[in-house]
Amino acid sequence: MSRAATLARRWWWQRASAVVLALCVVVHLGVVIYAVRGGLTAGEIRGRLHENWAFGAFYVVFVGACAIHAPIGIVNVLTELRGGESRLIGGVALVFAVLVLALGLRAVYAVVIR
Amino acid sequence: MTRRNDRRARGHAAYWAFRLQRVSGVLLALFLPLHFAALGVALRGEIAFDSLLRYTDDPLLKVGEWVLVVLLSLHLLGGLRVLALEFLPWSGPHKDWIAAAAAGAFATGLAFALALIG
Repeated sequence: MSRAATLARRWWWQRASAVVLALCVVVHLGVVIYAVRGGLTAGEIRGRLHENWAFGAFYVVFVGACAIHAPIGIVNVLTELRGGESRLIGGVALVFAVLVLALGLRAVYAVVIR
Repeated sequence: MTRRNDRRARGHAAYWAFRLQRVSGVLLALFLPLHFAALGVALRGEIAFDSLLRYTDDPLLKVGEWVLVVLLSLHLLGGLRVLALEFLPWSGPHKDWIAAAAAGAFATGLAFALALIG
């Protein structure tokens, strides 16, 4: 794939995941602002989310979008700081993507399913 | 010749919006794994999870949470501004959108702070 095509795809995935994240973040901020009133307890969180499959699906989508959007952002920032692309930057971003995806899905499992 | 930003560029609101988008994005990206790891503590049971939540009652951490909510709001609204610039045929004073994004983030931060206090 040509460099131009790679950059175009990266741009597209960044924007597409941004649209998904915009919706997810609005919902998440609303839930957070509602939930922190009067303090937060594990019981409340579990009561709200445990075996709530709609929320579970929502957070899986949220995690997936984060795992796409954040690493591409990291690539952009590191490329700008370095003044050019490098394979190391791509490697760092990939590791970061896997980390976010794995920890995120683990968190969803921990709160919704377990 | 390497071009560098000069004072004229750095004096423009859009340059600072760009810088803020980058800085907030990196900080939020660094926060993400920590956030997910903290939620994963729920795997150890409700007592362990509650213990972690009590730890986050520390006033300094509450201020940190507020900063994160504001950063998230700024990044969200800044990102919507970028999407609007790239996809919509809007024209007019773009500085107004930057101001609206900042105001929206401030309002979200205020709502969160009031929820924490109330």
